[in-house]
Amino acid sequence: MSGAEMTSDPWLILLVVVPLLAAPVCVMLRSAGGAWSVATAVSWAVFAIAVKLLITVLDQGEVVYRIGGWDAPWGIEYKLDALGAFVVVIVTAIGALVFPYAKRSVEKEIRGDRIYLFYAMLLLCLSGLLGITVTGDAFNLFVFLEISSLSSYVLISLGQDRRALTAAFRYLIMGTIGATFYIIGVGLMYQMTGTLNIADLKTIMPAVVDTRTVHAAMAFLTVGISLKLALFPLHLWLPNAYTFAPSAVTAFLAATATKVSAYVLLRILFTLFGDVDLFEAFPLREILIAMALAAMFLASLSAIWQENIKRMMAYSSIAQIGYIVLGIALATETGLTGGIVHMFNHALMKGAAFMSIGAIVFATGAVTLKQLEGIGKRMPLTMAAFVIAGLGLIGIPMTPGFISKWQLVTAALELDMWPLAALILLSSLLAVIYVWRVFEVAYLREPAIVAHKPAEVPLSMLIPIWTLALAGLYFGANATFTLNVAHTAARSLMGGL
Amino acid sequence: MLLDFITEAQAIQLAVVFPLLGGLLVLWMGERNRNLREAASLITAVLEFAVVASLTSEVLDGARPSVDLFEMLPGLTVTLTVEPLGQLFALIASGLWIVNTVYSIGYMRENNEANQTRFYVCFTIAISAAVGIAYAGNLLTLFLFYEMLTISTYPLVTHSGKVEAIRGGRVYLGILMATSIGFLFLAMLWTYNLTGTLDFVEGGILAGVVQGPELAVLMFLYMFGIGKAALMPVHRWLPAAMVAPTPVSALLHAVAVVKAGVFSVVKVIVYIFGLDLLTEAQSDDWLLFIAGFTIISASIIALRQDNLKRRLAYSTVSQLSYVILATAILAPISVAGAVMHIAAHAFGKITLFFAAGSIYTAAHKTEVSQLDGIGKRMPWTMTAFAIGALSMIGLPPTAGFISKWYILSGALETGEAFAILVIIASTLLNAGYFLPVIYAAFFKDEKPRGEDDPYHKYDNHGEAPVAVVAALSFTALGTIMLFFYPDVPLALGRALVGG
Repeated sequence: MSGAEMTSDPWLILLVVVPLLAAPVCVMLRSAGGAWSVATAVSWAVFAIAVKLLITVLDQGEVVYRIGGWDAPWGIEYKLDALGAFVVVIVTAIGALVFPYAKRSVEKEIRGDRIYLFYAMLLLCLSGLLGITVTGDAFNLFVFLEISSLSSYVLISLGQDRRALTAAFRYLIMGTIGATFYIIGVGLMYQMTGTLNIADLKTIMPAVVDTRTVHAAMAFLTVGISLKLALFPLHLWLPNAYTFAPSAVTAFLAATATKVSAYVLLRILFTLFGDVDLFEAFPLREILIAMALAAMFLASLSAIWQENIKRMMAYSSIAQIGYIVLGIALATETGLTGGIVHMFNHALMKGAAFMSIGAIVFATGAVTLKQLEGIGKRMPLTMAAFVIAGLGLIGIPMTPGFISKWQLVTAALELDMWPLAALILLSSLLAVIYVWRVFEVAYLREPAIVAHKPAEVPLSMLIPIWTLALAGLYFGANATFTLNVAHTAARSLMGGL
Repeated sequence: MLLDFITEAQAIQLAVVFPLLGGLLVLWMGERNRNLREAASLITAVLEFAVVASLTSEVLDGARPSVDLFEMLPGLTVTLTVEPLGQLFALIASGLWIVNTVYSIGYMRENNEANQTRFYVCFTIAISAAVGIAYAGNLLTLFLFYEMLTISTYPLVTHSGKVEAIRGGRVYLGILMATSIGFLFLAMLWTYNLTGTLDFVEGGILAGVVQGPELAVLMFLYMFGIGKAALMPVHRWLPAAMVAPTPVSALLHAVAVVKAGVFSVVKVIVYIFGLDLLTEAQSDDWLLFIAGFTIISASIIALRQDNLKRRLAYSTVSQLSYVILATAILAPISVAGAVMHIAAHAFGKITLFFAAGSIYTAAHKTEVSQLDGIGKRMPWTMTAFAIGALSMIGLPPTAGFISKWYILSGALETGEAFAILVIIASTLLNAGYFLPVIYAAFFKDEKPRGEDDPYHKYDNHGEAPVAVVAALSFTALGTIMLFFYPDVPLALGRALVGG
């Protein structure tokens, strides 16, 4: 497959460049309204591009763009396969919903003269996440990783609570360690192979894999990205960051950032080391399954004890990342399909959950369970969306969580891993407990402040929330499309294509 | 077809969707116009029954109309299929829903319950789920509606919002969710992994793919996964749910929830395992023993309950295991008896609960020991109670006699001495905990409550409101009618086992 025969698809570079260039435009506009308009328009534009790319990829296979016309491995190559296209659609779809949602929420939570900077940062973060997904170059990936990370540190620190600053700082330290580990790993790889192109690395890898340098590189890469992924026990930055960040930021990051990190993990394990039997040579499956299970149980248990609902959902996110990693760890077609489809499903559910929490914060300022008493009566529409999201986290049929669990348990059964299948189901029972704690206070307790009229949020917030909730119900009832895309992606990762 | 203007497929879909539409209407009316809201509930119930009933004749003629709703997973669709057992359950659920709605209106208004709109909306969702379970064409569809039923009844159980209601709700939800997600879901995926299908097929789908201890484990997962069937020890949700208002108890015990449980048990045994497979494998003996144990011990517990509703709840636990026992005997005639017993118990138990609620509404009495002489003040209620109780014991002229007769015949046919002993012993126990209530109500002298009792002002009561009395008289009459005209349920039961 030589580069000359393949046509460059310019949409691929536009996907990254448009939000990247729009960010300085926002800064130059210096007005909250102007920046919001530009950012929203851009977020919709990249969503349209992403959908177009997904259609192209499903239709014709991989899409490639060579920067400056230089062929890989000399030049940097952008590359999108089914997996990448799926992740890009997840990220941009959430972006397209978060920007309209953010307008009112941000007005309330962030100082007026900083709002245009907020949108610039959110755009940078978006373009960083998209860049990570489309690039075919290991070093370029690091650059985008840093763009998205640095902007998310800033975004988190914009939270109202002063603890947002320490949360952002802690994330900064942990994130930097992760990024450093990653770049050390890339450096070691480069030393052994002389190339940074991932596809190129893949072909050279079998020749050098038995060296200690490559082993070290693999360890650095995996640990580094696991930090960004918040894989247990490297998750310590996540709860505070999600709790104290502005609502819109939490919704955006929870639904996208960890998914992109999971994507990178997939790339490392199945593309970079794709020609090497990594799972044979190392007890990788056992290690990853152990960490995934620890995340699923310990984080869910922590979620049960939280009084702050944002923090509860943050711990739930760590648990759900466990499901994604579990699917990856099984390293079979079915398992990978489950992990990949859960990226999408979890983005829908957690996006909807954090957005409804943001709406509650917007309307009432309530974040603790005590303050949420009787909220179901005051904000019926918002809470109804939260109920759908909560049921999705449990994995009730007709919600996307059910589809993920179906797939993961099937994968475990195919491998005759009975205890694992039972543990997956057991952990979703923990989700029942923490989700139901919220339902109980929201619907069965009387409001602390009586005679409050219904306090619903503006439509600009309700519509994105309900779009996600209804999308959740749709993809829970009809998972053929998502499962097919995920399956195509899994097959190509397993080298079946 | 009774309704000529719609096709079968539309009628099936309508049967599931129609209550939901009615629910939207109820929600829209809300508290603004309570009379219209209640009218909406009632009209929905009546039309729903008409839709369901319109499918009966075809099923009896041997047709199995089916319709695919949507493809949830590649190769797995949510499908509705009408077959004899499901048709019977749908008839019971939608028919008793009408009566229950009438009763609810009387009960909820008389007791000034809060959040009545939420109550009626959840009711419609629960009925839709029950009919969905009844018409489920495969296990996935069954599971979907089974969970929907659990979730939609939770707000009903915790309706009052009091601490004990929330606590009861936790037990209710906890047990039902834990069993369905932990066991039933696993069993379903295991089955799918083994066979590549989840369809309900006559003769079962598991023959030849699973045997020996694995079959027993799978059986275990199914039987305890269907927590709604209340086999011991997963029966605890049922007494815990007694905190609910009486119409909800009726819904749980007669109309939808426990019936959905035993219905699913019969359905899984007949259509997933297949009677032949189980007869050969002998791996369901333990089920017979567990069911027998549940019948006897629940009856003994019921004997010791002073709270009337709790006594009825344990009676339900015991009666449900009759259905399971009858199915586990594996003789076609006893399976038909199991089907009949679903109907008989539904009518009898709803009458008993209506009566308990009627007593609470009129006299504010909840304990058996308070009921001395109440038959004179509430002759209609207590007569209906007596009829329901006779049906539970299994005496003619009530429906319970017929179902017990068939179950016993099956047990005699297969020579299951254990089952015969259990049925005889439990009949005596049933008589032991029901007859004293009837005796006290009609033949003992009333004991007025003391001045310090907050409810003492209710002592000079008469009958409950008309809607309540009408509803319970109707179901009592139904219990007797089923004795004289058991044709439809029996025909459906026989059609199920191909007799």
